[in-house]
Amino acid sequence: MAAPGVSARRDAALIRVLTLAVLVALWEALGQTRLVFGEALPPASAVAAAVAREIASLSFYRHLAVTLGEVAGGFLLGALPGVAFGLAMGARRVLGAAADPYVAALATTPKIVFLPIVMLAVGIGPGSKVALGAISAFFPVAIAAASGMRAIPPVFVRVGRAFNLRGGQMVRMIYLPALALPIVTGLRLGLGVCIVGVLLGELKLASVGLGFLARDYYDQYDFASLYAVVAIVFALASLANGAMSRLARRAEAHR
Amino acid sequence: MRALRAPKPLSPPPRLPAFFGYGRPVRTLLHAHRSAPALWGLAALALLAAALEALVRFGLVPKLVVAAPTETVVAIWRLAAEEGLLRALGATLLTAVAAVAAAAAAGLPAGYWLYKHPRFGLAYRNWLGALFAAPLVLVYPVVLVLFGRTYASTGFMGFVVGFVAIALYTREGFAAVSPTLVRVGRAFNLTPRQEFWKILLPAGAPMIFTGLRLGTIYALVNIIGVEYLINFGGLGFLVSETYDKFDTPGMYGAIVFVILVSGGMLWLLKRLQTWLRPA
Repeated sequence: MAAPGVSARRDAALIRVLTLAVLVALWEALGQTRLVFGEALPPASAVAAAVAREIASLSFYRHLAVTLGEVAGGFLLGALPGVAFGLAMGARRVLGAAADPYVAALATTPKIVFLPIVMLAVGIGPGSKVALGAISAFFPVAIAAASGMRAIPPVFVRVGRAFNLRGGQMVRMIYLPALALPIVTGLRLGLGVCIVGVLLGELKLASVGLGFLARDYYDQYDFASLYAVVAIVFALASLANGAMSRLARRAEAHR
Repeated sequence: MRALRAPKPLSPPPRLPAFFGYGRPVRTLLHAHRSAPALWGLAALALLAAALEALVRFGLVPKLVVAAPTETVVAIWRLAAEEGLLRALGATLLTAVAAVAAAAAAGLPAGYWLYKHPRFGLAYRNWLGALFAAPLVLVYPVVLVLFGRTYASTGFMGFVVGFVAIALYTREGFAAVSPTLVRVGRAFNLTPRQEFWKILLPAGAPMIFTGLRLGTIYALVNIIGVEYLINFGGLGFLVSETYDKFDTPGMYGAIVFVILVSGGMLWLLKRLQTWLRPA
């Protein structure tokens, strides 16, 4: 398909702005009149005010810091073994074929159902959220690393051998350039599901963190603040995804 | 010099039943046969289960934290016989079927409409892509507020992810149809209806089916997750309930069952896709 022209792009931008305006107006009207959902749907303006209130409050940043720490810990603990295991799966045919069905089944399973096990193992504190984040991050990273490893053309490796490259040189000149993109892509997916794992864990049972904050507002029937926290969390997760996508584009440019 | 004669053809070796590479040297059996990796995988799983069993039996891991594999298997049986495992499976699957049916009923026409109206397609494509990558499950507290602890909440969470996947892939599927095919159809003076049924749909079908497959998997996974989170519904609720009752073997049984259902659904849909369209 031909690339869209300038006028088509301008129309598309206009359509987006108009759609957003209509949606927000509809939300505001439904919220103000309480016609459909009653108290359960606060108007957009109330949610916007709640977002501003959250961003200005100090306790919000305490919860944010805990959640960010859990995400960082879970991501490191899940992604590093994920890369190692994925590379091994990709490099060793029998290991890859043997582990594939189990990895695929576990990757599909909603990770939140492992929360009871990790809560029994490490308690209901932040450790359980780190563990759930790690379990979540492991699988997409492992799968991406394995398929990246399998996709390296054997001729690249043979060329490296023909030039008598040593182990370190093989890694630096053959494997790393070929693996950078699939691994970064896996890391992007892994970070996304890690954030989801941590936040769902906090929503289910926690005493601190953004998930807990949302839960707390829910229990207090403060729905505008609940919507605000969900919106902030959603925006932060999208930001993280966008940053990893940019990293992926850079990895692609370096190929 | 004697004339060269063709050697007498050897009679073919007697055919042995090809059961797990029967009759081959063990070395090739372990490496080369098609089912060998599966055997290695099963062996590793069995070894892991045996090790776990020993750790629990010898008290090296507390029984409250880890259920022995044998107890887990017994617990699955007990859940099925006494605690409504099959009813829970039915509830989850029915919710998923309803959610996916609704997602397809809305997503397929939406995808087609976005293809037919390129300006809107261009405008909303990136939004759909962003929603597809976004952690939609995180909005479940909002859905819980709107619909309460009901099947409407779990079903809606399945519907949303299913709809995004199906609409996105349907649009991409139609947009990726070769313009040449469409021009050939026009040259034959096909009516718009004929063009849709004879050109667009068959050519776009593989990607549309991929959207349906992904939508189904995401919907099922989201539904089970939300069931667990809000203590309501089918399999996810069972996991939550067994944890609350300190029934560790039952909890492990329910979690293993969730893994089997998720993996089984993945396998089934992949088989269905290859069966419908052999590569």
